[in-house]
Amino acid sequence: MPQTLEYLKETPSQTAGPYVHIGLAPGAAGFQIYDQELGQDIAGPNAKGERIRVEGLVIDGTGSPVKDVLLEVWQANADGIYPHPEHAGHDTVEEGFRGWGRVITNFETGEWAFDTVKPGGLMGRNGQMMAPHINLWIVARGINVGLNTRLYFDDEAEANAADPVINVVEWEKRRETLIAKRSERDGQTVYRFDIRLQGDGETVFFDI
Amino acid sequence: MTNTPAKQGEFYQRDRRWHPPAYDKDYKTSVARSPKLSLISLENTPSEITGPRFGHGDLTPIDNDLLSNYAQPDQSPIGERIIVHGRVLDENARPVPNTLVEIWQANASGRYRHKKDTYLGAIDPNFGGCGRTMTDENGYYYFRTVKPGAYPWRNWVNDWRPAHIHVSVFGSGFAQRLITQLYFEGDPLVKTCPIVATIPDPDAIEQLIAKLDMNATIPLDTIAYKFDIVLRGRRSTLFENRLEGN
Repeated sequence: MPQTLEYLKETPSQTAGPYVHIGLAPGAAGFQIYDQELGQDIAGPNAKGERIRVEGLVIDGTGSPVKDVLLEVWQANADGIYPHPEHAGHDTVEEGFRGWGRVITNFETGEWAFDTVKPGGLMGRNGQMMAPHINLWIVARGINVGLNTRLYFDDEAEANAADPVINVVEWEKRRETLIAKRSERDGQTVYRFDIRLQGDGETVFFDI
Repeated sequence: MTNTPAKQGEFYQRDRRWHPPAYDKDYKTSVARSPKLSLISLENTPSEITGPRFGHGDLTPIDNDLLSNYAQPDQSPIGERIIVHGRVLDENARPVPNTLVEIWQANASGRYRHKKDTYLGAIDPNFGGCGRTMTDENGYYYFRTVKPGAYPWRNWVNDWRPAHIHVSVFGSGFAQRLITQLYFEGDPLVKTCPIVATIPDPDAIEQLIAKLDMNATIPLDTIAYKFDIVLRGRRSTLFENRLEGN
């Protein structure tokens, strides 16, 4: 009789479909059902650090904006600490800072945006500092397994150059797809981050 | 740093051959939405090992009861009343406690309460179609709802989705995040659905089919289906301490 390892298999992924909003952001689907929708306030009112807006498009292989996508963001606070018990220092994170949010596109234009604070850098593997970044997870109709990527900031050039994750991307040309572009509008800091699912300038996606 | 649970280690590699590939020409929407270049493989960092946490304070007690969470007083949705229950486990068969499970679905006529759904099926005034709950300390969860209807969609001209419930699970780290769909035992449309067919292995498809569970039905009230969800396993200690795991 053969030996067996007897691990279970992960439940297979399926597409979130076009109506993901009903489950995860029902207000966007057009109805109110919960007292509190989850993921509406990423940083909370007490977060320290620079307040920023991040905006962009998700663009498909035909060059068209994807209008039914849902993104989730996950980030550390301005000190580079995740509000999670497995991250050292988590008890110093500001009250109300969840670091997590859900981002919905405009159904007509595909534009999305979220407000948060700029995260700090933090320690990665083997004592190597990671540059400030926001983790993104993208689901939509036609995406069979949610796509993971990272957003880095173009005003952190030195930290980005030393970032161990950016440097895993062998093709230097592709690293640009992970860098959001800073600008200012009406006194507010705005970072532009377009995500290309396919084709020229295809965004780097990670198997995490 | 007091009262924190024992640290857990890195997540196992995801078996991408068990999951659908990004590109599947027969699921037409995937054609333009699938990356052509390879994913870049990362080892876990705190960004992947940590993840958002939810408490019971984020939810209200009837959030998992789709029979009542959008119904008018003294009314119920139309359709077959069902219980969906099961456990969230990891690949080591350990329960995943206190994790958020969210579901959404069409109503009994196959229509979604979404401003973009234009199917002919009727909207049910007493059915919202979404619910959420937290697993208990042993990983158990349940919902009450109605069995969703099948509905047509534009893929091939005459494609119909089998009855299904979308399921979203968080797990304990960002790397465990998963969205999938629950299908129902005995549904003939499962075998014809291009979205189901994106999954390459027939055994993996079987894992998405909830089984009729007569022991969990409530006589004269509600039929039950059992659906266990497996998230990625993880080694038992953090990489700083024991690189070899166990």
